[in-house]
Amino acid sequence: MDVSTAVFYLIALITVGSAAMVAFSRNIIYSAFSLLGTFMGVAGIYIFLGADFVAAVQVLIYVGGILVLILFAVMLTHRITDVQVTNRSAGTIPALIVVSVLAYLLIDSALETPWVKAKQLVYEATAAKIGDLFLYTYLLPFELASLVLLAAMIGAVVLSRKEIKE
Amino acid sequence: MSPNDLSSYLIIGAILFVLGLFTVLTRRNAISVLMGVELILNSANINYVAFSHFGSGNADGQIYAIFVIMLAAAEAAVGLAIVLAIFQLFHTIDVEAAETLRE
Repeated sequence: MDVSTAVFYLIALITVGSAAMVAFSRNIIYSAFSLLGTFMGVAGIYIFLGADFVAAVQVLIYVGGILVLILFAVMLTHRITDVQVTNRSAGTIPALIVVSVLAYLLIDSALETPWVKAKQLVYEATAAKIGDLFLYTYLLPFELASLVLLAAMIGAVVLSRKEIKE
Repeated sequence: MSPNDLSSYLIIGAILFVLGLFTVLTRRNAISVLMGVELILNSANINYVAFSHFGSGNADGQIYAIFVIMLAAAEAAVGLAIVLAIFQLFHTIDVEAAETLRE
């Protein structure tokens, strides 16, 4: 087993283990912090797939933005003193049954399907290619994305402001 | 299972998806439900980038992954703002407590 395979196994283990912590931890602070391991692990998987730009975007937006937002929301909505069982679960047994059947089906179909593979795998910098695609083929969705982000920003401000009652 | 095999990435994506679905199904805390949604979106992104890398070889899948990341950021901002508004109104973010349609 060479080094890259070992690193791949390590990253996969970190990703899946942290995701399991998110799903099963009884403390919401632990859940929020193990989300960090999942996001960084997914960024490592993107690098294995030759997607350097997407990996950088993942680190910037997920780790730098969404995770900080989630931590802020946790801190703003919980008293830090009572973090013992802040992350209640309900209906665990039926959910486990549904989820394990789904996992079996998904993994089985991923292993059994004869996937058509590309002739050779390319590993090159993708930022220029992605920029070209954004400005030619995907120009309309790209512009719509800015509109969606503006709407989300205004919506978040309107929803979370304190109502001043006269 | 090896880094040069499509199915290993699909398996990681499938495991992340079922863990996220389990989180969404069982948690009673609204922020935890949002964390589960983030896990599901990440698993979809892994599949996009993996198929783009092993299948066509062009960057279309990566474009879709970036759009998904953008929408996840918008969803997280609006979702957490809604959670904060629910907390101001009900003083809890248990999703079973917030079941009335009016104040």
